[in-house]
Amino acid sequence: MTRPPDERPDVSGMTEAQKLELGRHFMAQVRWNAELGIALEHIEPGRATLRLPYDSRWVGDPSTGVLHGGVLTALLDACGGAAVMSHPTGAIATATISLRIDYMRGAEPGRDVVATAECHRATRHVAFVRVEAHDGARPEPVATATGSFTIERPRPKKETA
Amino acid sequence: MAPRREPAHVVEARRDAALAGLSHAVPFVNELGVSFERLGDELTGKLSYQEKLIGNPVLGALHGGATGAFLEITAQVTLGWTRVWEMMEAGGDAAAAIDRGDYPALPKTIDFSLDYLRPGGARDSYARATIRRAGRRYASVSVEAWQEERSRPFISAVGHFLMPEG
Repeated sequence: MTRPPDERPDVSGMTEAQKLELGRHFMAQVRWNAELGIALEHIEPGRATLRLPYDSRWVGDPSTGVLHGGVLTALLDACGGAAVMSHPTGAIATATISLRIDYMRGAEPGRDVVATAECHRATRHVAFVRVEAHDGARPEPVATATGSFTIERPRPKKETA
Repeated sequence: MAPRREPAHVVEARRDAALAGLSHAVPFVNELGVSFERLGDELTGKLSYQEKLIGNPVLGALHGGATGAFLEITAQVTLGWTRVWEMMEAGGDAAAAIDRGDYPALPKTIDFSLDYLRPGGARDSYARATIRRAGRRYASVSVEAWQEERSRPFISAVGHFLMPEG
């Protein structure tokens, strides 16, 4: 997932609600997230929580009603990207370099899937992320993922003489 | 195995119908806009471009979640197709099950590792999967997708799958 390469908004003076609103504004511009109904639930420095509502259109096994793993790919990827963007390192945009997903069990049919990502390390050019997705039916996650993401930074301003 | 005494075009039409049935039985495959074409036993997945698949509105690039899902589906259908093919070739009850649209469930993904090589453009994408190991229970598959040039994939992946019982 990538973000529009705007100037990074200054969030220092913002309330939690304003930051969440800003994050939702970004999320809404990403068509595939909007199509799947993925919504930002919580955002804090280096962490983001996103919800994917259950929808029978995203089923992967019609005999059980379990969601297709590919829907979770979008959720986990978007969640990882949001955690990178919220990290205090100050990325103005990010793109996924790699994402490894482990599917522990099928998500319970009818239940929303909620993913939380943590950007646990950011270097100058690369961010490392862990994500867990839960359906609330059982304590263990339905899927986990680890990813590496690019960090796009503002071009250094030219010195004025 | 008793050979079916049928003209080749009848056999091929039945295979094409089975392939379409296998993939289109899955709601998410249809929502994403994935279809399959077959040349002999080689499958090519196609992700038809739709505006809803965009992930980056500035670059007009496809969402990594959509292209990643496309690869996962291509790997699953390529694997699942080998099972359907065996059932059709076996004849008898197994072939009859396919004829009436009773397809085996797609293999379950155990893990999937995606490598985002470059942005996917706002156009159709194609993917082929290679089965690296196919046991009765576990399978390992590599898969990659391209757009204008087959030699320039924009996303690739390796995944492990649990085959359906039977």
